[in-house]
Amino acid sequence: MQMALDIASWALILGGIAFCLIGGYGLLKLKDMYARLHAASLIDTLGVGLVFVGLMLQAGWTLVTVKLFLILIFIFFTSPTATHALAKSALNHDVLPDVDTEEERDMVRAGRTPGSGGEL
Amino acid sequence: MVEIQTSDLLNVATLFFMAATGLAIARIRDLFAVVMLSGIYSLLGATLYVILDAVDVAFTEAAVGAGASTVLMIGTLALTSRREKALPNKQAIKGMLACLFVGVILVYGSFDMPLYGDPTAPIHHHVVPRYLNDSMAEIGLPNVVTSVLASYRGYDTMGESFVIFTAAIGVITLIGRARRKTTVDERDQPEKHLSMEGKLILRVVSKLLIPFIILFGLYVQWHGDFGPGGGFQAGVIVGAAFVLYGLIYGLGTLRTALPAWVTRTVLSLGVLLYAGVGVSTMLMGGNFLDYDVLAHEPTHGQHLGILLVEFGVGMAVFAAIVTIFCAFAGRAAADVNPVTPESGGVGND
Repeated sequence: MQMALDIASWALILGGIAFCLIGGYGLLKLKDMYARLHAASLIDTLGVGLVFVGLMLQAGWTLVTVKLFLILIFIFFTSPTATHALAKSALNHDVLPDVDTEEERDMVRAGRTPGSGGEL
Repeated sequence: MVEIQTSDLLNVATLFFMAATGLAIARIRDLFAVVMLSGIYSLLGATLYVILDAVDVAFTEAAVGAGASTVLMIGTLALTSRREKALPNKQAIKGMLACLFVGVILVYGSFDMPLYGDPTAPIHHHVVPRYLNDSMAEIGLPNVVTSVLASYRGYDTMGESFVIFTAAIGVITLIGRARRKTTVDERDQPEKHLSMEGKLILRVVSKLLIPFIILFGLYVQWHGDFGPGGGFQAGVIVGAAFVLYGLIYGLGTLRTALPAWVTRTVLSLGVLLYAGVGVSTMLMGGNFLDYDVLAHEPTHGQHLGILLVEFGVGMAVFAAIVTIFCAFAGRAAADVNPVTPESGGVGND
């Protein structure tokens, strides 16, 4: 039982670390701000989430697990919100995504005008 | 063969990142990035404190250094320019020489310090053995840090809360009351300034989180006797909840929910409570801030006194954070005129 728990928790933690590394690599290598933001959000959600679930398995049924769970919920709400706010603020300040064709660029501009995309 | 421990590796890695962040701060001219980097620097410092087992200090560093001061510095940026002016080379060299000089003196001074973890270091001999061995009998709190902070070193902590009080008063005096007329004008047309539309997600999530942030702040306040926490951290956390509210709903709404006279009163009441506990102990026959006389049992008196002064610190810190933020944000909103949703100061992004 303990063995199985250890294996599961280590698999989760290593998986989380892998996502963190991939996110960090993407943060350095991807070409425009939104793509990099996407890579960064990977660290916030999957990376942290998997590491935390792994740690919860290590802690067992203790108060530590409850606290980890609460922090996880907090991160689950705040990180995507922060990513959203950052992306929206960038778009509002004329940081346009690096897209391939002129059509796509028009689509980005259309989505940015008030009314069609300004609700969220 | 030197044995390398995990904490050593963590120390080296954290210090390396701190040095890298410091160099980046010195080189980057975009002040917004500099503010963000200084927040990261504080967070790394907090990590270092955790490695050193100083969780209370780490908590304060993370809350004040990475949280509150970052927000306040962004508020300052809204008042000034976003880019640092490039100095002429001659001045830059002078500054460089001054920094090198101070740095060399600091390094030279550090040679006299005891080695890290040296058991014969003075810090382990003077009063610390008494704090660690006797505080359970004298004060009876599981968290010795709180005993030292609020009871053994009660005078120092009172001075610290007075410093925070003075800082808030100074900010109010210098920029808080300025351009009163413009502020009133701006309050007349809140819709224009607040730009509520286009922030649905932020509004919903913040509304969901703010009650829990305040609840957590209260937990930190009252749990400081038993674990990491206390008035300073709790004050910053509760203050941060209100700053978040102000950032998303605008300064006018924040000031409607929490008028200026409330924060001013809480600010004064906080330090008054701290000093008042000291005066009460004098009236009850003890020394200033000697909590033993507050109850029939000395340890009960200590618990009561520590609880009260920590609450005083919490009130003062909370009110100071909100006051300073409102003063900066109010000044920024008054400077940018007219305020449009795209170009506005704090609270629009």
